[in-house]
Amino acid sequence: MKKKSYSFLVIALMLCLALLTGITNPVSAADAEAPIKLGGIGPLSGAAAVYGIAVANGANIAVEEINALGGLQFELNFQDDEHDAEKSVNAYNVLKDWGMQVLVGTVTTTPGIAVSAESFADRIFTLTPSASSPQVVEGKDNVFQMCFTDPNQGIASAQYILDKELGTKVAIIYNNADAYSTGIYEKFATEAEEKGLEVVSTTTFTDETANDFSVQLTEAQNAGADLLFLPIYYQPASLILSQAKAMDYAPVVFGVDGMDGILTLENFDVSLAEGVMLLTPFVADATDDLTVAFVEKYQELYDEVPNQFAADGYDCVYAIYEALKDSDITAESTAEEACDYLVGVFTGEEFVFNGLTGDNMTWSETGEVAKSPKGMVIQDGVYVGMDAAEDSEND
Amino acid sequence: MLTYGLVIAAYIILRILLAGGHVSSALQGQLVPITAYIVMAVSLNLTVGVLGELSLGHAGFMSVGAFTGVITSASLTSSVPEPALRLLFALIAGGIAAGLFGFLIGIPVLRLHGDYLAIVTLAFGEIIKNVVNTLYVGIGQSGLKIGMTSGNALNLGEGGKVILNGPMGAIGVQKISSFTAGFILILVTLFIILNLIDSRAGRAIMAVRDNKIAAESVGISVWRYRMTAFVTSAALAGAAGALYALNYSTVIARKFDFNTSILVLVFVVLGGMGNIRGSIIAATVLTILPEVLRAFNNVRMLIYAVILILVMLATNNVRLRAWFQRIRPGNGKTPVISGGGDGHE
Repeated sequence: MKKKSYSFLVIALMLCLALLTGITNPVSAADAEAPIKLGGIGPLSGAAAVYGIAVANGANIAVEEINALGGLQFELNFQDDEHDAEKSVNAYNVLKDWGMQVLVGTVTTTPGIAVSAESFADRIFTLTPSASSPQVVEGKDNVFQMCFTDPNQGIASAQYILDKELGTKVAIIYNNADAYSTGIYEKFATEAEEKGLEVVSTTTFTDETANDFSVQLTEAQNAGADLLFLPIYYQPASLILSQAKAMDYAPVVFGVDGMDGILTLENFDVSLAEGVMLLTPFVADATDDLTVAFVEKYQELYDEVPNQFAADGYDCVYAIYEALKDSDITAESTAEEACDYLVGVFTGEEFVFNGLTGDNMTWSETGEVAKSPKGMVIQDGVYVGMDAAEDSEND
Repeated sequence: MLTYGLVIAAYIILRILLAGGHVSSALQGQLVPITAYIVMAVSLNLTVGVLGELSLGHAGFMSVGAFTGVITSASLTSSVPEPALRLLFALIAGGIAAGLFGFLIGIPVLRLHGDYLAIVTLAFGEIIKNVVNTLYVGIGQSGLKIGMTSGNALNLGEGGKVILNGPMGAIGVQKISSFTAGFILILVTLFIILNLIDSRAGRAIMAVRDNKIAAESVGISVWRYRMTAFVTSAALAGAAGALYALNYSTVIARKFDFNTSILVLVFVVLGGMGNIRGSIIAATVLTILPEVLRAFNNVRMLIYAVILILVMLATNNVRLRAWFQRIRPGNGKTPVISGGGDGHE
């Protein structure tokens, strides 16, 4: 009996393998020109999979659109890293064996630091869609970012709150076990102190304790805070909003780009998010042609509203396309040739990129992007540009 | 001897292939982590297989060793410019620090009966993770500084460098680990553990595992021998952690969580409790396997699990085991899974 069940398992496995090899054959572009090999790295499984999958989807759309245009062709190979530095370096090496010429990645920060050290040593041009820590690009001339750095978000948030006089007494709740959240918090706190913004309460949580915020909210309420700054992702933020509502505490809530996605969260009462402000580079409800077309296509293909990560992935591929469009770089070029050329273009003065996540983007020699964040406020369940919202109030 | 031979042969073959450029970068990048995992598995086998105590926090010791190693390496950058020598210091420091933590945990826990060690090591791993997440260490003109609030609060002054930045982990680590260093660490680990098992102390440890009361009755100090095995295991895990951490330019505390502890335990269980050579093979195969399965994209984790089940069925198959016994003359004992002596000559 035992032997029988064992051979049954073997057969089942064989069948699985046969089936899978059939499925996973990549669809190659049916064009004469050999495609340039783009590598992508991000978490497609595990806790951070939401971000990796969004980037991969966004980048795929961009590659399809570009290949449909004819001319320069791309082939994207997106590898899973499970949001782990070790796996990410493994994925990078797999892509290197594959013959990657340009890297779009990584999606998350810690793997990003590990991989960018490798791609710097190997001279492979790297454009990360969303690894937002400054350490990802620091000291590496061929690594560039599509997103804001965490410190910049902290500074911009403090500046925005001051300029618009959104609040006088600020309470902060942040995740002190998370690099993203801590990175924004530290700069915000320094900036607030310098600019004279009063922070009356600072409380923390970790991923393990992200299911109850009554202590943090009570402290903020007792301190008389009229603005709650949440440099965190939208899942814990949604809980904070509903708990604040339950205790009749209604401060102005101000978030950063991690807050994006709160409206599409399942089983979330959007009325709780009414009046929440956030700084984000991308809004799915924007009415410009580029965004509308992208959102439509994304919904058609993946059946959900794209978040800013998808937009970042899309922009990364297009930025590389814009830079390579008029060059001699072909599928035969080495990664190093492509790297030298792209570094020259990205740091060049005339290179200006307009994409989903911002207009007139330029890159500094350090690899950080320069673009202005959009202040958004949630009204009646949709994002409205903060300036537009003000105008309508004044009318 | 066969175990040493296996490791040395594998090293020589890989060296020749590397020199000829026949090794893909995917495998090349995995060489150092593989050696680190082998040391982890072999050292955990000392606790689980030979001592017979369940430890669920082996990654905690790896974490202690990793961050101690990173800090040691960063502080010695100017005084010891030679990377190989600095790596040696880092490995030793990592080992000592982890061994010290093992000792501290062992003082109360190893005196108790039952599964307390499993519970305490599990908690230890989580505590270490959270402590490192709030730890800020920097090096400035006035030497090493440690804080709990933020990197800025360390006041490092001109030219100061933050080594460990709270939840961001260690950043800007100089990569000084090498495959050869990992190979030497495996040999040292094997030397220590195989000699310990074959020594008087090793027999006492196994006596404690098999029957504590009987061991006590012949005058063996249970606590002392448990401590010897546990601290040795922890120290080697610390050295492995330092080797692992210094292979990447960044390392975070979250890497060494419960999952990593379980992963190493899986290496040990699949390789065979108390079977050192089995641990080496299991650690190597199970580290490479997920990467080989990359071709299957989303379902590779499923296949990984199926393969684990198949391996477990195969290794417990009576006929297969009998066949293995036959091709291994001079080892006529009946195979027992938890039998400590089976597998290392």
